[in-house]
Amino acid sequence: MRYLPHTAEDRRAMLQVIGVDAVDDLFVDVPRVAVLDDLVDLPNHRGELAVDRALTAIAAKNTPAGSVPFFVGAGAYRHHVPAAVDHLIQRSEFLTAYTPYQPEISQGTLQVLFEFQTQVALLTGMEVANASMYDGATACAEAVLMANRVTRRRRTVLSGGLHPQYRSVVETQSKFLDGEIVAGAPDPQGDENLADLIDDDTACVVAQNPTFFGHLHDLRDLAAACHAKGALLVVAVAETVSLGAVTPPGAMGADIVVAEGQSLGNALNFGGPYLGLFAAREKFVRQMPGRLCGETVDIEGRRGYVLTLSTREQHIRREKATSNICTNSGLCSLAFTIHLSLLGEDGFKHLAELNHAGACETAETLAGIPGVEVLNGTFFNEFTVRLPKPAAEVVDTLATQGVLAGVPVSRLLPDAGLDDLLLVATTETTEADDITALGRALEGVLS
Amino acid sequence: MSARSQAHSAGRGVDNDAPETMTTHSGHRGLQMEEPLIFEMGSTGRTGVDLPPVPEVASKLGGLARQGEIGLPALSEPQVVRHYVRVSQKNYAIDAGLYPLGSCTMKHNPRLNEKVARLPGFSDVHPLQPQSTVQGALEVIDTVAHWLITLTGLPGVAMSPAAGAHGELTGMMAIRAAHEARGDARKRILVPDSAHGTNPATAVLCGYQVDPVPSLANGRIDLEALKAKLDDDVAAIMLTNPNTCGLFEDQIIEVAEAIHAVGAYFYCDGANFNAIVGKVRPGDLGIDVMHLNLHKTFSTPHGGGGPGSGPVVMSAELTPFAPLPYVVKGADGLRLVETEADQAAAGDGGQAYGRMRSFHGQMGMFVRALAFMMSHGADGLRLVAEDSVLNANYVLARLKDVMTPAYRGPCMHEVLFDDSFLKDTGVTTLDFSKAMIDEGFHPMTVYFPLIVHGAMLTEPTESESKESMDVFIDTLRGLAADAKAGDTARFIGAPYLAPRRRLDETQAARKPRLRWTPEAPAEAAE
Amino acid sequence: MSDVRFTKDHEWVRIEGDTATVGISEYAQEQLGDVVFVELPTVGADVEAGGDAAVVESVKAASEVYAPIGGTIVEVNEDLEATPGLVNESAEDAGWFWRMEISDADELEELMTTADYKAFLEGLD
Repeated sequence: MRYLPHTAEDRRAMLQVIGVDAVDDLFVDVPRVAVLDDLVDLPNHRGELAVDRALTAIAAKNTPAGSVPFFVGAGAYRHHVPAAVDHLIQRSEFLTAYTPYQPEISQGTLQVLFEFQTQVALLTGMEVANASMYDGATACAEAVLMANRVTRRRRTVLSGGLHPQYRSVVETQSKFLDGEIVAGAPDPQGDENLADLIDDDTACVVAQNPTFFGHLHDLRDLAAACHAKGALLVVAVAETVSLGAVTPPGAMGADIVVAEGQSLGNALNFGGPYLGLFAAREKFVRQMPGRLCGETVDIEGRRGYVLTLSTREQHIRREKATSNICTNSGLCSLAFTIHLSLLGEDGFKHLAELNHAGACETAETLAGIPGVEVLNGTFFNEFTVRLPKPAAEVVDTLATQGVLAGVPVSRLLPDAGLDDLLLVATTETTEADDITALGRALEGVLS
Repeated sequence: MSARSQAHSAGRGVDNDAPETMTTHSGHRGLQMEEPLIFEMGSTGRTGVDLPPVPEVASKLGGLARQGEIGLPALSEPQVVRHYVRVSQKNYAIDAGLYPLGSCTMKHNPRLNEKVARLPGFSDVHPLQPQSTVQGALEVIDTVAHWLITLTGLPGVAMSPAAGAHGELTGMMAIRAAHEARGDARKRILVPDSAHGTNPATAVLCGYQVDPVPSLANGRIDLEALKAKLDDDVAAIMLTNPNTCGLFEDQIIEVAEAIHAVGAYFYCDGANFNAIVGKVRPGDLGIDVMHLNLHKTFSTPHGGGGPGSGPVVMSAELTPFAPLPYVVKGADGLRLVETEADQAAAGDGGQAYGRMRSFHGQMGMFVRALAFMMSHGADGLRLVAEDSVLNANYVLARLKDVMTPAYRGPCMHEVLFDDSFLKDTGVTTLDFSKAMIDEGFHPMTVYFPLIVHGAMLTEPTESESKESMDVFIDTLRGLAADAKAGDTARFIGAPYLAPRRRLDETQAARKPRLRWTPEAPAEAAE
Repeated sequence: MSDVRFTKDHEWVRIEGDTATVGISEYAQEQLGDVVFVELPTVGADVEAGGDAAVVESVKAASEVYAPIGGTIVEVNEDLEATPGLVNESAEDAGWFWRMEISDADELEELMTTADYKAFLEGLD
C-alpha cells in the first residue's frame, strides 16, 4: 500500500524486537469482545488513478460557479485568487507543519501569523487581532462571550441585519449559559433602530456592516449609544473585500470586529474551511479568545515570534479558559495574507471598487425589469431585490437555464414573510455578459 | 556563548568550525535567509495584480467611502513569492522529517487529497447554490458520513464542526439537550485528570461544572473513584480512548456500564482514533458520542495549526438532537435540512439544538479525508491502526533501557516517557526536546499529559519506515547517553543550529507586541 | 512590628491595625517563574476568606490568588500592572497585591505564623 512503508519483513523484524509474536499481542488491553475479527463493511484500498476517477466523477455532478453567470453571496463570495497563492500554501513547510509549539523551528508559520494579525488590524481599523477563528459566525459568537466577560453583563442585542446563520450560532453558543439574547426582526429595508434596545444590563450590540441585506450604516451613533450605557459595540463584516471601500468599523467606534475572511485567498469550497477574523481594542486583549502571536527576541537578541498570552487558553486554563478553541484556520489565514500582500494598498482598494461598480451596474440592470424593486439605497457588492414571485421558485427556474441568480432570503429565513426577496451579489469575477444574461433570464421568468 | 563553543567542540570533534565571530554581509547564513516583515519591504507604486479599470458609476456607499491609507505594502508578484518561500523555509514539516508530536498524529498528507479538493466541482461551489446544482457535494458529505458511521459503529453523525474542540462542544451540547428534553437538569461532568484541556473548557461552555477523576498508577482511570462520584447529577463523562498516556482504557466497558447505570452519557474524545480505526468500533465499547479529528486519523493537512474538521458520531438516542444542518435522502436526491422549518417539514423527529457554524461543514476537508479513506479502504485503515501501534511499541522497545517509560506494557499509537532518566543530570525535558531540534527532529509533545512528570509523548504514526525510526531512536539513545555523561551544554543552550535560539517568552507576555507598527506612528484613520 | 501570616496556598497577609496587606510568598513566586501579568481585584469589592480575589500568571501557568481572610478591598498595587516582575523581585514587600479592611479578625487564627509556614514548606519537599 503506497502510504504505508513497512514490508512484511519489516513488521516481522519489529515484532521480534518488541518481543511479541503478532501485532494483535499489542492490542491486549482492548476487551477481546470489541476487537473486530473481520474487516468493516467498506470497500478495500484503491490506487491513485481509481480514487482520482471516482472523485472526479462526483465533482462533475456539481455546477461550478465559474461555469455559469453567478450572483450567489450571502456570506461567501467568489473572488479571483491569484495562482501564486495556491502554489505557496501547498509548500510542504506550510502545509505539513503543525501549530507552532516549538518556535525555534516554526518561525515561518509565526511570522506569517504576525503579518496576518497586522493586516487584520489595519483592515478593520482596530488595534489588535488574533490568529483567526473557524469562520465569521463562530468569531461572532466568541465576540459575544468576550463582551460578557469584559462587561460582566449577560444581555446581548443582535441587529436584524445580522446574517441569520451568525445569529443562530450566537444563540446556540449562549443556549446553555445564563445569557439573554434580544434579536431584532429581520431588517430588509435597513431602517431599524437598535439604540432603544440598549439598557444598563446590555453587554454588547452586534451589528453587521454591510448588513445581511446589503445596507451600509454609519455606526458612530450606535457606538456612542452603546458606550453611554457601558456596553460594547461588536461589528460583523461578512464580506472582507468591503473594507477596501467602506469606512472600517474601528473608525466608527467598534470595540470588537469580527469578519468572514474567506473572500481573500480562499475558494468557495461549498462553505468550508473558512476563516474567522477577530480584532479588538488593545485594552481587551487578555479577554480575547484564540491564539495570539507576539514579537520577541531570542537569546542572541535576534527578532523572533512566539505564541503568547497562552494563559487565556484551554491547555493551561482548562475550565477557566476564555474559549475551548485550540486551533486557528492556519492555512486559510496564510492564503489570506499572501493574497492581500499581492493586492497591496492600491490593489485592495481597486478590487473593492471593481466589486462595488459591478454591483451598481447589476442593480441598475435589475431595477429596469418590470416588477423588480431594488430595496437598497446603499450597498457594497450585494443588494436585495423584491420580486413579484417567490424568489426560491425564480432561482430554481433560472438554475435550470444555467443562471445562478442569487440567494432567496427564504432559504435562510423561511418563516419571516420575506419569500419575495432575493439577495444578488457581484464581484470582480462577474462579467458584463453575465449581468446581461441575468437580466434577460429574470425578465423572461417574470413575464 | 561559552556553551556554544563547548557544544561545537564536544559535540562533533570538528576542528574547522567557522570562527565564533563569523558573520555575513547580508545577514543570511547560506540557505538560511533572514527575511523582514512584509510591511518593512513595501514601497508605493508596485502591484502584484493587474486589475481592469473601474467603470464609472454613481457610488452607492452612502458617504461611507473609506478615507486615508490602510497601510498595506505594495509589492510585485516575484517579491511576494520570494518573501513567502523564504519565510516558509524556517518551518519544520512532516514532509521534511519525522514529527513525533504525541496526540497530534502527524502522518503523511497524500498529495492526491490536495489535487481532488481543488477540482472546480468541489472548490468552486457555493454553499447556497440551488441544491439541484450541488448533488455531488452533498454526496461527498453523505459518503464521508457513511464511512465514519461504519468505522465507529455509531448510527448518526453531525458533520459540521470545524475542529476537534468544536466537535466536543457539538457533542456535549447534544448531551445537554437530550437531558433537558427529559426535564433532567444535571450539573456535573466527570473529566479524568489526564484529559486534554479542551475537555473541561468545553464542559463549562455547556454550562456544566467539571468534576475531576483521578488516574491510577497504571495510567488508566480509577474506576472505583469514578463510581464513587456517580449519581443522578452527573450528565456525562468525557474520556479519551486510547487515552492521553497512549494506553487503552482496559476497563472501558465497565466505565460505560457504570455511567449508563446512573442515566449519564459517555462522551469519548476521539483524538486518538488512529490507533484503532478499522479494528475496534467505539460503538461496541458503550460510547454514546465521539468526535473525530479528520486532520489526525484521516490525514487532512495540519496547515500550521488548522483548519481542522471534527465530525461527531452519535448514538441513536442522541442523534435527533444533532445540530443543523444535515443531509437526508429524498425522492429527488440528496437534500440539506438547514433550518428549523426544514426540520419540521422533514418530519424526521429531529430536535436540533441549533447551529454550530455558518454553512455545512469543512467541505474541503471532507474531500481530502474521503480520498484518504478510499485509498486505504477497509483493509488499509486496519493496517493504519496496526502499523501506528507497531511503530510506537518499536520505539518503546528500543528506548526503554535508556529512557523511562511512564507505564508498563504495550502502548497504543504513542509512547509516553517521563523525565526520571534525566534525574540528577541537570537536563530537563524542555532541554532534551530542544536538543532534538539540533539533531534535525521535531520534539515530541512535552509536559502533557500533566499527570506525568516531565512528560514526553511520542507518536511516530504509521507513516514512518523502520529505517527512519531507527535513525530517530539512535539519536535519542545518543542524547540520553550525553545527558547521563554530564554533557549538559548541548542541552541547556539548545537549539544552537535552528533559525532561532530559545525565544524570550516572558518579554512577549509582559509587553505584548501583537502587530507591526510603523516607526513613526501614523495618525489613526478616525 | 507588624504581624505576618501565611496560607497553605502560599498567600501572605500582613496586619496593620484594621487593615491587611496581601501578596504571594517568596516560595510561590519561585514556583511560578517569571510573572507576566497580575489581575487585581476591584477596589470596593467584598471578598470572603478563601474566595478568588486575583490571578497571577507566568508564561506557562495561571494561578488564582485567594483572599486569606474576608473583608473589603481598599487599595490595589497598580505598579504590578506595568511591572509584574515586582512579584519576582520582591514578593513579600513591593510585590504586594491588595490592601483590605478586615471584617473578622478571628479568621487570622486559622492562618500560619512565619515559623509554621517555614515548617509547612519543609514538609512539601
